[in-house]
Amino acid sequence: MKLRDTGKKSLLIYQSNNGILTAVITIYYIGDWIIHLLQLIIVFYVHMLLIADLLIYIPAVVLYCFCLKEMSTKKKVANALCILLYPGLILIDYGHFQYNSVSLGFALWGVLGVSCHWDLLGSLAFCLAINYKQMELYHSLPFFCFLLGKCLKKGLKGKGFVLFIKLACTVVASFVLCWLPFVTEKEQTLQVLRRLFPVDRGLFEDKVANIWCSLSVFLKIKNILPHHMQIKISFCFTFLSLLPACIKLILQPSPKGFRYTLVTCALSFFLFSFQVHEKSILLVSLPVCLVLSEIPFMSTWFLLVSTFSMLPLLLKDDLLMPTIVTVMAFFIACATSFSIFEKTSEEHLQLKSFSISVRKYLPCFTFLPRVIQCLFLMSVITMVLLTLMTVTLDPPQKFPDLFSVLVCFVSCLKFLFFLVYFNIIIMWDSKSRRNQKKTD
Amino acid sequence: MAALGIATSGGNWFSALALGVTLLKCLLIPTYHSTDFEVHRNWLAITHSLPVSQWYYEETSEWTLDYPPFFAWFEYALSHVAKYFDQEMLNVHNLNYASSKTLLFQRFSVIFTDILFVYAVHECCKCIDGKKAGKELTEKPKFILSVLLLWNFGLLIVDHIHFQYNGFLMGLMLLSIARLFQKRHMEGALLFAVLLHFKHIYLYVAPAYGIYLLRSYCFTANKPEPAASSLFPTLPFQAGPLPCILGSKLLGFVQCFGQSAVCHRLLSVGKAGDASIFLILTTTGHYSLFPLLFTAPELPIKILLMLLFTIYSISSLKTLFRKEKPLFNWMETFYLLGLGPLEVFCEFVFPFTSWKLKYSFLPLLLTSAYCAVGITYAWFRLYVSVLTDPPVSKTKKQ
Repeated sequence: MKLRDTGKKSLLIYQSNNGILTAVITIYYIGDWIIHLLQLIIVFYVHMLLIADLLIYIPAVVLYCFCLKEMSTKKKVANALCILLYPGLILIDYGHFQYNSVSLGFALWGVLGVSCHWDLLGSLAFCLAINYKQMELYHSLPFFCFLLGKCLKKGLKGKGFVLFIKLACTVVASFVLCWLPFVTEKEQTLQVLRRLFPVDRGLFEDKVANIWCSLSVFLKIKNILPHHMQIKISFCFTFLSLLPACIKLILQPSPKGFRYTLVTCALSFFLFSFQVHEKSILLVSLPVCLVLSEIPFMSTWFLLVSTFSMLPLLLKDDLLMPTIVTVMAFFIACATSFSIFEKTSEEHLQLKSFSISVRKYLPCFTFLPRVIQCLFLMSVITMVLLTLMTVTLDPPQKFPDLFSVLVCFVSCLKFLFFLVYFNIIIMWDSKSRRNQKKTD
Repeated sequence: MAALGIATSGGNWFSALALGVTLLKCLLIPTYHSTDFEVHRNWLAITHSLPVSQWYYEETSEWTLDYPPFFAWFEYALSHVAKYFDQEMLNVHNLNYASSKTLLFQRFSVIFTDILFVYAVHECCKCIDGKKAGKELTEKPKFILSVLLLWNFGLLIVDHIHFQYNGFLMGLMLLSIARLFQKRHMEGALLFAVLLHFKHIYLYVAPAYGIYLLRSYCFTANKPEPAASSLFPTLPFQAGPLPCILGSKLLGFVQCFGQSAVCHRLLSVGKAGDASIFLILTTTGHYSLFPLLFTAPELPIKILLMLLFTIYSISSLKTLFRKEKPLFNWMETFYLLGLGPLEVFCEFVFPFTSWKLKYSFLPLLLTSAYCAVGITYAWFRLYVSVLTDPPVSKTKKQ
């Protein structure tokens, strides 16, 4: 700044004395303008993300919260605030720098559309989401099952068939529009597909909180099994784990079932699928945000664990302070808005029908809420301890990745627990049909 | 689990506000800081490394110690914590030393000392009569005052971006005002005396303090000095310091405590007229701080934060005084709306014109002149309001 000022002053003196050198002064003007313009462009490039958020993701969240039933306006606003404060998305999008909020926003518009019976618009929005980021395929099965279930309910020989055809046309048309420039040659299409689905890159890359990476601590699967076997096993496990929820959704389509199936399907894909990245947990976090008002305690817990599972990546990006701040802000917002610590009974955890079924065989099964509270405390303590250790200590030379592996391993165990929990909610939901209409 | 439940349940909104703004301050740690950062680092070094006799003579750096002794002792105390962060910052010859640990320490010291400000705001809220408030938490005067003070935009960008220690000093002043409200005059006077020894700029409000203490503590109507008591008209305390503060604003940058004093008056006395004075003073005062943050990355932060604060203050005060006449007349509305085009011109249009080289001071001149109009107008209206207010009877005090 000082050099520029001195330069400016001397140029002015020279100009007033000489009146020549106009060309030099003009170049100086232009240079000054360019520097200022560049600075503004850089700042606004980064803030393009905020604009994308404001146009796509944030309106979807606000509209979703305002469509929730049996809630005061204050609670709806608090709900929207908690969802928008989810640390994982803020840190990855604005810290690591990605545009996940665009695909998640489109997916959310899709959820809104199909839940409010605007099936065609919802399908169109979801197709846009998939074609923006192929990771959204994790949500595709629940969408398919829910819409198929709706068609079956309306009757395959009448309105249901018409709806099915309309949906098929919408999906095909949106895909054709997006892929048109790339389907001129077969080779080009194949190349795009190869880039989107890099199966050659192996079962997993780097450290991720899923089953394969955690198993590889004990058993080097990558070295034992051949490549094509790895793909087959991963495929089998993924589909076996998500099948029950999907079948239930086809047979009993409901918006509530749809939301929970989104969670379980995305989580099954995250835990068992091929080439999963740690950022894919955001695809599970979005549907969990949607059920925040129904099971605030478990949802808040899950969202904290999902942010923690990305800790190695966040530390690599120098985001320790923003992580701590956003996690604390999110936790405080959820704790005060939903009074999560008062909602740990069987009914609040949506485990009442499950517990009643178990009590038929085991009358003393009343300790479930207590167990869950203990698990929560243990989980928080391990997360805090692991974070402190990763930040303050150096790993031993023999195991340089010790802390990252520990973070992933611990997160994977918790995710398995949540997979079981959310599946229980879905499978035992039919027992409480009277309540189903209230929360739809 | 039950204890955690009680602690985090919706009862304690004040803690939530205080904690929330603290978290925001932590996020502002890596932002731009001005030469004031080096000023305070230098004072840490001077007070730590040199004997007391040399503190006001040391000249290695251009930023010599020019605050009263209590502030020097404050820096001395801080330096004993600083040595555990980075010993090198305490070397007088390490000019412009700004390692990451130094930055972390200095920023955290501002955030930590703000505890006094939070406590002072809490004490001020106790002095507010909330009976006329609605049932909604967000409509209660205590809540509105807490937000306007704790989340004050001016304080955030001056203390936590530009870098200064106004937070705890404001806290001292608010605390002394709160004590005067609570009829604890000696404590209030002591706190103000301490404050003057931290930052002499608070001399601006000393006349108001002096007159008020004389009238309400030394020469009250109860004491047998009728001649003296008739010399000093009854002044509600809320009104007292304000013309002084605003008068000083004409002479220099002191709007933070001007705003807080006006804010306190308006929320305890409760007139719509005061609300509009407060809003004009706040908005123009905050806008006048914009030239302090001239870097490109801070541009969206300052615009968005100011918009948030201004929109909140206007909407909350409008709701509070909705039964009275509208807050602004057309002239005031136009004046405030004029800040928008002014900002667009100064930040986005002017840098790309040919005037930039010859008249580079133009945005600063326009900003200062425009804001001066607003602040002078607020001062004038406040004076009129103070002089035309009916005298406050003793029984009406909170």
